[in-house]
Amino acid sequence: MSQTSVLDELELDALTELVNLGVSKAALGLREMVREEVILSVPKVSILTREMAIATLGDQEQRRLVAVHQDFEGEINGRALLIFPEAKSMELVRAVVGGDLPLEELMELEQEALAETGNVILNSCLGTIANSLQRSLRISLPEVVHGDGAEFFSLSPAPEAGDSVLFIYINFAVRRRDIQGYIAMLLDLPSLVTLKSMLGQFIERTGGETLPTHSHGV
Amino acid sequence: MKQTILIVDDSKLARMAVIKALSSLRPDWTRVEASNADEALALVKQQTPDVAVLDFNMPGKDGLVLAAELRELAPQIRLAVISANHQVEVVNRAREAGATFLPKPLTEKSLGEFLDAGQQ
Repeated sequence: MSQTSVLDELELDALTELVNLGVSKAALGLREMVREEVILSVPKVSILTREMAIATLGDQEQRRLVAVHQDFEGEINGRALLIFPEAKSMELVRAVVGGDLPLEELMELEQEALAETGNVILNSCLGTIANSLQRSLRISLPEVVHGDGAEFFSLSPAPEAGDSVLFIYINFAVRRRDIQGYIAMLLDLPSLVTLKSMLGQFIERTGGETLPTHSHGV
Repeated sequence: MKQTILIVDDSKLARMAVIKALSSLRPDWTRVEASNADEALALVKQQTPDVAVLDFNMPGKDGLVLAAELRELAPQIRLAVISANHQVEVVNRAREAGATFLPKPLTEKSLGEFLDAGQQ
């Protein structure tokens, strides 16, 4: 796909590092909430058509899903999502609120607990990324949606068929609690041009002015 | 004293950040880079560095597994594990592997303290 050339290799690398910083910060927050280590995968960053992003999630997960999503706006616009298999969402709620509540009460708390968990995780992730880029983003309130990738990844206004999105996703797991899920982020292509220049500045600040290395390897 | 430092990170930008800090902290040191654990192990078998800084979250073997293997291979290397993921479990495992934990984004100050501690 020609759009993959929108970001060069170093810019994609920088974006992956940024996401890694953001998600690590978010995992620290989740770790505090569930009091167990949160295991993270290496983030995957790719530019896909919306249909391919939906298919990627579908390949990973055939089960029914629940997502907490928050939209962000500013110089770049998009959506961040925390996604779980629906069957595991109660386990997450239990881990967050503590184990002693009867199921009935847990179920009453489910929506609220998921929204709050999503809020903590997605805000710390997006906040870290925005700070690193020295930009501010307006972040919407969390919304809990049950469904699948086709519903989660439809940003409003309604996208044209075949449009491309920057799709970032990472797996996380709390092993002893049998909790696992995904953090995904979608950006529309117009935002990518802006993001490219922000990443350029970030690269300059982070790794700029390095002398040529006397390295071997790589 | 001029030393050799091995920098292992799958992110080129992250390696650039380490090198940027090194060029003001230890400009005369020899720098060797690897983008994954296997490449790092191959390099160490050829020539043992004095210091190695390892990213934690890498595809394939992670930095903590690599730290343990480097300990076996060359116990004299001073090791640091760098990660944005400073959950207490990760920090403790780094310590158990005999490595210093350095938070990402790496600052010149924290890298400098690690390098200074090893040279006292």
